[in-house]
Amino acid sequence: MKELTDRALNLAKVKGATYADMRIVRRASRSITVKNGEVASLESYTTEGFGVRVVVDGAWGFASSARLEPREVDRVTALAVEIARASALFKLEPVNLGEPVAHVGTYRTPVKVDPFSVPLEKTLDLLLAADSAMRAVKGIVVAESSAAFIREEKTFANTEGAYIEQEIVETGGGLQALAVGNDDVQQRSYPNSFGRHQGTAGYELLEAMDLVGNAPRVAEEAVMLLTAPVCPSGVTTIILGATQLALQVHESCGHPIELDRVMGMEAAYAGTSFLTLDKLGTFRYGSPIVNITADATIPGGLGTFGYDDEGVEAQRTPIVREGIFVGYLTSRETAARLGQRSNGTMRADGWNRIPIIRMTNINLEPGEWEFDDLIADTDDGIYMEMNKSWSIDDKRLNFQFGTEVAYQIKNGKMGQLYKNATYTGITPQFWAGCDAICNRNHWNVWGTPNCGKGQPPQVAHVGHGTAPARFRNVQVGVMKG
Amino acid sequence: MLGEKGFRKLADQVLSKSSADQTEVLLQAGDSALTRFANSYIHQNVAESDAAVRLRVVIGRRTGVATTNDLSAAGLERALETAMLVAGLQPENPNAPPMPAPQPVPLAVAFSEATANASPELRARAAGVFCTLARQKGLTAAGAFRTAIWEMGVANSLGHFVHSAGTVADVNSVIMSDDSSGYSEAAAVDVRHLDVEALAAEAVGKALRSRNPRPLPAGEYPVVLEAYATADIVSIMGYLAFSALAVQEGRSFMAGKFGQPIMSPSVSIWDDGLDPSGLPLPFDFEGAPKKRVDFIKGGVAVGVVHDSATALKDGVASTGHSLPMPNPQGPFPLNLFMAPGTASPEQLIAGLDKGLLVTRFHYTVPVHPAKAVVTGMTRDGTFWVEGGEIAYAVKNLRFTESYLDAFNRVEDIGKETRLLVSRFEIGGVRVPAVRLAGFRFTGTTEF
Repeated sequence: MKELTDRALNLAKVKGATYADMRIVRRASRSITVKNGEVASLESYTTEGFGVRVVVDGAWGFASSARLEPREVDRVTALAVEIARASALFKLEPVNLGEPVAHVGTYRTPVKVDPFSVPLEKTLDLLLAADSAMRAVKGIVVAESSAAFIREEKTFANTEGAYIEQEIVETGGGLQALAVGNDDVQQRSYPNSFGRHQGTAGYELLEAMDLVGNAPRVAEEAVMLLTAPVCPSGVTTIILGATQLALQVHESCGHPIELDRVMGMEAAYAGTSFLTLDKLGTFRYGSPIVNITADATIPGGLGTFGYDDEGVEAQRTPIVREGIFVGYLTSRETAARLGQRSNGTMRADGWNRIPIIRMTNINLEPGEWEFDDLIADTDDGIYMEMNKSWSIDDKRLNFQFGTEVAYQIKNGKMGQLYKNATYTGITPQFWAGCDAICNRNHWNVWGTPNCGKGQPPQVAHVGHGTAPARFRNVQVGVMKG
Repeated sequence: MLGEKGFRKLADQVLSKSSADQTEVLLQAGDSALTRFANSYIHQNVAESDAAVRLRVVIGRRTGVATTNDLSAAGLERALETAMLVAGLQPENPNAPPMPAPQPVPLAVAFSEATANASPELRARAAGVFCTLARQKGLTAAGAFRTAIWEMGVANSLGHFVHSAGTVADVNSVIMSDDSSGYSEAAAVDVRHLDVEALAAEAVGKALRSRNPRPLPAGEYPVVLEAYATADIVSIMGYLAFSALAVQEGRSFMAGKFGQPIMSPSVSIWDDGLDPSGLPLPFDFEGAPKKRVDFIKGGVAVGVVHDSATALKDGVASTGHSLPMPNPQGPFPLNLFMAPGTASPEQLIAGLDKGLLVTRFHYTVPVHPAKAVVTGMTRDGTFWVEGGEIAYAVKNLRFTESYLDAFNRVEDIGKETRLLVSRFEIGGVRVPAVRLAGFRFTGTTEF
């Protein structure tokens, strides 16, 4: 690989690049979906290629190709330079990357069982058993169980002397049951919404999920929802389960702290951010018990790695400390504008995309409550869990989430099951109402394998450590009947 | 890019080596480049070149799939071995449909040399039009300009062979002031058909007009939705309801309603992969020829798209709308159209006594899929209209509304349509603006 990276970087310099980097990426994945007793898809997918990123005349250019051959490396490098010169036609300030990054190192996801070494039949049997257990419940029209395994090998080199090799391994899996009846359709998922939970881990993660053991409960709850009353509307206290809170953190904290968004670089697609530069260090994001951290080093998190795609080492960075907003997710270029050093969050969705600022593991740090004590301490409210719908405005202020299930909380006890629960709010007002967070016993890093951003679109795999938490004065319910 | 000859050679190479009962080679390749601007300068500028083949083998009733972008002889052999291995491990699937037999595929011309040969400088200068006009008006420009060539081919061991290549050029822009923004977007097969000056003027004009927005309480208001917002409604309906699998599983609002009026009589929606005014694609991912499928005709539910699996179950022929098979998603409409009306943009607004003009929607997601209840925000220009004229800009609003119910309240439809790239990034949607008697806004935000 070094021969090819040297070739690209030398050629880039010869052609006038003041900075260049090259990434060579090979991604192999295996995904299996069982639906209603049949193997709906079982795919093995391999993609490899390289991308060259250059700064020429103070502007960016990037080109990529699937053909990892010396002549193609030359063509693509020259094209990246040509593209950068075109960028320079409309630039304001020359690109400033701050201090050089020259790490030389390797990183491998620690795994107990390599998921690619496990016989396919074993996973198929597991998914078929889970599928069968869901369909044994009357009223289930669609049962779906899935597993996914990914191995990404990547080499990074830049003109500042960095040379890094990484192997990231991911394992994921999950269930979804769809019940149809009473002119209604209801769903339940496990262990996370959107089909699966995922982490940087080996096959042991899938086994720990106990999909088969949870399948009957998931299916029964989907059927029970068909006859459950609609969640009542009003301003009330809510307790969010950990997976729903993970998405709440993702949308209302993770995205608005991306410094490229804040600086307007994503304005044409996903939008900007209410966490403008003047708010850093002073803005009250949430109540004093709210502590949020970006941590790319936590074992098993889906946003865990050794180095980002600019060669910056993985870090743990405070984002919200005792309710005060104190940090962004940064790249070399955006951090330099603040006089800071990158905190290592630039990641690309494969060889054919440029790195952009992405969440790592954005974690709501655990509090002190046992879950049962939190319910017992709540006189009147609603418990909501497992995301069903999500939407937030383009500055990340007004959000609305729907959950698969909700339960009435009355006099410290969980009661009536509700369907079609939604809640809505404005981000800092919502987090200001957070008055209790469960402790580490209830805390887990949930994987979100479908975070979209950028043009052309990129999908990132990110994580969120959360435990159930309570929020006061929340508007619940907007739907008719 | 392989070209038809190159693909045939590659396909023959795979098919001759396969010992499966049936084998399919699906090629997806492309060269694409995108110039992105923000804060009125180019901040990202990228290009990519890729070609991947997806091999599907069927042994008895067992299917195996492997995809690779290593198109060397060794790479293809490895992929074939993997697909065979995967197939061998699976249980029998008695419902697996056969691959399409040889059949004629209609010609759909969707290739432009101008788009294929677009240079980095051409894209940069197009971006520059937005940046320059925005700066002149004291605004900032953000957006993206893309030119791409795509290539797709399907060959199977039954002798079916199809190949097509096309181009697409598309641009979007968000122009911003401190308290406002405007939007424009367009797509075309031929890059020369993108009028960037007009698109820049549209977004700049909207950003200037939407300054000093006032708060408006949530509530149900009559609305004029520009084509950008209509496209969201039609696309999400396509995703939720216009597929035979969604009907078979009982999660489509079309289920049990065929032949019945379910929308206003002025609404007609269909899919047509051969219409040159869209982004044509003559066949689907199985190589089945695209047929026009009417979903809503004069407000009446009339049809849905099929792939070979759903067609087999319904005892009908595929309409040519499969995704790569097999898959759990089912068939998908990729070339959506909604019939225009006769109203000019001014007439649509003139018909509003009191109500809202909405430029576009943002972050829309189904809340209750079976009823097509969707939530989302307005964005990049929302205006209060009084007496048929725009009175002032308002702050953005959240809506939670059944798109099906909304299209039962259509009062008038614009005579102009816009072609946009689908929100699912593949295919296109061509739709007009609409005026609705009511639309349910359920929340507000601070800008």
